[in-house]
Amino acid sequence: MKHYEVEILDAKTKDKLCFLDKVEPNATIGEIKSMFHKSHPQWYPARQSIRLDPKGKSLKDEDVLQHLPVGTTATFYFRDLGAQISWVTVFLTEYAGPLLIYLMFYFRVPFIYAPKYDFTTSKHWVVHLACMCHSFHYVKRLLETLFVHRFSHGTMPLRNIFKNCTYYWGFAAWMAYYINHPLYTPPIYGEQQIRLALIVFLFCQIGNFSIHIALRNLRPPGSKTRKIPYPTKNPFTWIFLLVSCPNYTYELGSWLGFTLMTQCLPVAAFTLVGFIQMTVWAKGKHRSYLKEFRDYPTLRSPILPFIL
Amino acid sequence: MASGEEDGTVEEKETNNKKRTKGTIATAWLTFYNIAMTAGWLVLAVAMVRYYLQKGTHKGLYRNIARTLKFFQTFALLEVGHCAIGIVRTSVIVTGVQVCSRIFMVWFVTNSIRQIQNEESVILFVVVWTITEITRYSFYTFNLLNHLPYFIKWARYNMFIVMYPLGVIGELLTIHASLPYVRRSGMYSLRLPNKYNVSFDYYYFLIIVMLSYIPCKNSTHNKTS
Repeated sequence: MKHYEVEILDAKTKDKLCFLDKVEPNATIGEIKSMFHKSHPQWYPARQSIRLDPKGKSLKDEDVLQHLPVGTTATFYFRDLGAQISWVTVFLTEYAGPLLIYLMFYFRVPFIYAPKYDFTTSKHWVVHLACMCHSFHYVKRLLETLFVHRFSHGTMPLRNIFKNCTYYWGFAAWMAYYINHPLYTPPIYGEQQIRLALIVFLFCQIGNFSIHIALRNLRPPGSKTRKIPYPTKNPFTWIFLLVSCPNYTYELGSWLGFTLMTQCLPVAAFTLVGFIQMTVWAKGKHRSYLKEFRDYPTLRSPILPFIL
Repeated sequence: MASGEEDGTVEEKETNNKKRTKGTIATAWLTFYNIAMTAGWLVLAVAMVRYYLQKGTHKGLYRNIARTLKFFQTFALLEVGHCAIGIVRTSVIVTGVQVCSRIFMVWFVTNSIRQIQNEESVILFVVVWTITEITRYSFYTFNLLNHLPYFIKWARYNMFIVMYPLGVIGELLTIHASLPYVRRSGMYSLRLPNKYNVSFDYYYFLIIVMLSYIPCKNSTHNKTS
């Protein structure tokens, strides 16, 4: 068996960082990253980007050395991706925050509202309902992170956790402050409005969960394969006929329901910002589906049927 | 095929011609725009000097130049458009933030809070803005005409070292002076209860704006040409 030699250069300075000899031809990039990590302990594999070309795309951990367009002395370029944090950690932190923060406002913990309101509860029943819905939503997200989602990437840059938590925690506090305020004004159309809003919210929560399960079942455990999602027996997944990312569609629907239920401008603002971000993600996902699969269904739109 | 090749080059020439015409129109418009803005801020400078020489005081000076200032500063919104359509190679966001900061100062502080219009800090930032803008617009004008006098280039890259902090001081002092009047009048504010279940306090908003000067005005974006 012919062994390879691997040299790793810095992508920017072209300095020789590491030389590995007697590398097996069937070694994967992942294994090479581990070997590189031994000689440079500060660069753990998750923060290594290894490419064939200094300005090219990162190679995947699964790529095998002998299948790459390299000679028996392979030259790779390295870029430091910066400190990394696992997706699971980020999701758990960014979702636990809103859950707890909202409850603090709901129970009117001291120093938020005037002292005479400390530890009192709202006289409006919609406020109790809103607290249940908001809490349910984030408990669902936490459980999905732990038991449902299958992540393609293990990690993301560390600075993302600060950005993401500011967004989620900040908006949660802003919304919760007004909904649980002693001077809160219930919805104009009263019970009718609240009932409709609750139906929309629950429908979309179930829908969103159904999509998450369907996407999970597309991918066997431990794998990173990508397949086209199709409608299943569950009617909530039939929306796949019209939309590439129905999880985002249902998420938008849930928050529209919550906005209607609480009739609160900060909630509307949160819904709008979330919608914009999800549309950007949906368009990206839709584009990569089209690029990867020749036979991708043409009827589908990224996030809103026929519209967006 | 011969005729096919000819068609190809004819098309190429037409697109190149279109590109060149677009470039010429853009240059002509930008030259006109920058000359007009230089002139506008010069008019402002002259009006301020004349007022001070005639009246011997800065009191009433703002009211005297208010309309001209509002016109030319607001007109600068076009610069965001220039970046958006690509005839000026600067980030839309950077230009947008800079112009919005000016618009905010003019319309939402100085113009709407009459009691502070005779403050010295107002004169300070208006003078700084005038000097800065005359330098900036004449720099752009000369650049477009491909004839940049050395002293304009020098002014552009050196005056800001003094002008920038002075301008920041003038703006901060003005906002600070307006605080008591904002609090008393409750202007631009929305109180609870209301059917939108939201509130806004312009007084605290202004305090946050003042605090944000520390990170925002120190950022590298502002130290560009």
